[in-house]
Amino acid sequence: MIGAGYGRWRRLRGLIGIFGTALCAGTAATLLLVILGYVARRGATEINIPFLTQVPHPVGVPGGGVANGIVGSLIIVGIAAVFAIPIGVLTGIYLALYGRGKFPHVVRFMSDVLSGIPSIAIGLFAYTVLVQPLGHFSAVSASFAFMVMMLPIIVRATESALDSVPRSVYESAVALGSSPYAAIVRAVLPAARPAIVTGLLLAIARVTGETAPLLFTAFGSQFWVLDPFRPMAELSLQIFTYALSPYESWHQQAWAGALLLIVVVFLLNLIARLALARRAGA
Amino acid sequence: MAEIEATTERQKYPALVTEVEVRAAVAAKPRAADSLMARWFPLMVRGATGIFVLLIAGLFMELLLNSLPSIRQFGLSFLWTSEWNPVTERFGALAFIYGTVVSSLIALALAAWVGILGAAFLAEFAPRYIATPLGFVIELLAAVPSVVYGLWGLFSLAPAMQHYIEPALQRYLGFLPIFDGPAYGVGLITAALILAIMIVPTVIAISRDLLQTVPSEQREAMLALGATPWESFRMVVLPYARTGIFGACILALGRALGETIATTMVIGNRPAISMSLFAPSYTLSSVIANEFTEATTKLYLSALIELGLVLFLISVLVNSLARLLMRAVFGAVGRK
Repeated sequence: MIGAGYGRWRRLRGLIGIFGTALCAGTAATLLLVILGYVARRGATEINIPFLTQVPHPVGVPGGGVANGIVGSLIIVGIAAVFAIPIGVLTGIYLALYGRGKFPHVVRFMSDVLSGIPSIAIGLFAYTVLVQPLGHFSAVSASFAFMVMMLPIIVRATESALDSVPRSVYESAVALGSSPYAAIVRAVLPAARPAIVTGLLLAIARVTGETAPLLFTAFGSQFWVLDPFRPMAELSLQIFTYALSPYESWHQQAWAGALLLIVVVFLLNLIARLALARRAGA
Repeated sequence: MAEIEATTERQKYPALVTEVEVRAAVAAKPRAADSLMARWFPLMVRGATGIFVLLIAGLFMELLLNSLPSIRQFGLSFLWTSEWNPVTERFGALAFIYGTVVSSLIALALAAWVGILGAAFLAEFAPRYIATPLGFVIELLAAVPSVVYGLWGLFSLAPAMQHYIEPALQRYLGFLPIFDGPAYGVGLITAALILAIMIVPTVIAISRDLLQTVPSEQREAMLALGATPWESFRMVVLPYARTGIFGACILALGRALGETIATTMVIGNRPAISMSLFAPSYTLSSVIANEFTEATTKLYLSALIELGLVLFLISVLVNSLARLLMRAVFGAVGRK
């Protein structure tokens, strides 16, 4: 008899409402497909071997690619990750272990707020602490900005991953005679590892597409640069510069770069989620 | 009571018993390096936390210190004058604050509706086999790099705005001064649209999580009283999560306020305050992005960094508010 008492109008209104919510969710998903489709259509024809293996040619010389930008992205994000991962994971462990007092509460709040600070402000920070003292733009200053951006994501992911491990794991280990340190590192941490790895990958994905702080840190370059203390090319920065240039051939390269960037970022997101899903399914 | 808890615990973690045993046994095995590590480990986690806190404090201090020349020169008038002239070194941020705030508020007004209703579909009405993949697609929307949004906005959305949408708005709503004036394509309204697309996934993802924390007893009670699912959502579920959803919207607003690259590419970059939404405008982050490497004098550089400081303070304010509101709802269930 459920629903038998509904008036016709009430049932109709319910259906319209639910249809409206479906429409909204559908709109959001459709937007993604539209943007993806457009980028794929414009970019797919431009991605080829020279695009992936050559450095940019001067304006007017056909061909050329973004190989230096791809390598630059790897170097800049790599250095950022090397510093951000230990600091972030250890801070997350601290919050999970000693998280009840006033100070951890403040740290947590600062971390939450930091995750909402615009990347361009963090770029300015990197400029004042690394570019100004060194006297020139450099890849490491970009890595520094990326590190600051990654930290709150990693801290949060680590803390909530550790929190989600049942307390009995820790307690049993200690009851069997392990030290608190061993209980955390060898019992709790491995149990939380998939969720932490997901957080790390999401943090990396987050900065991989980031452009704003690079404008005055990595600065960009037309050449092969492997020295992290020199200005360096970066893929998303190249897309930005090419898109705003007046040359049609550079616009085409921007589309190809955008497609490449989207594929990389989506793959990172996909792997991150699979790491977690496999765990949940086991 | 304890027994019930133990049962639900076991349902939540099906591998619990064996897993705990195995992990505990592994951890309990004594190793040579343990006593040494046990001493250093607390220091390491504290040291890392110290670095983390120093970085956040340093971010604020650096922005403040480097803004000082500009703050001394212009004082508070920096915030309400709109002249921006590097040649005469007169700097005022009002036009940029206007562009930032207006574009973000329009974006939020558009994104909030779509986001909240979309979240309701995912959390309340959609069957699982639709909600999961759809939710994943929408989360991917959040992962698209902003430079890609900018590229699409510049070459696909802006021409469409110029040739179809803006003329249409003008024809039917042109009596409103906000929809009057020449259609440029790049301008305030195009930037607001791009921002709206960029923040919709934020609103959806957080609102969905918030709606899922509403206890199912609330819904069941409504249904038992004879309400339709829609009525139960409108009258009970939505009000229950309202504060948190408001927080999610504020958080999304913070994203929009700080977005740089996509806005820089489509907003037109002209520091003017115009009634028309079609007119080009400028935001705090865009002017930093465009002019920072060209700033030659100390005062010019300092004024640009002060723009960054203003942006930083707005973000801190907005994000603190958002977190407090969201915590009011999540608080009972656990931090999110």
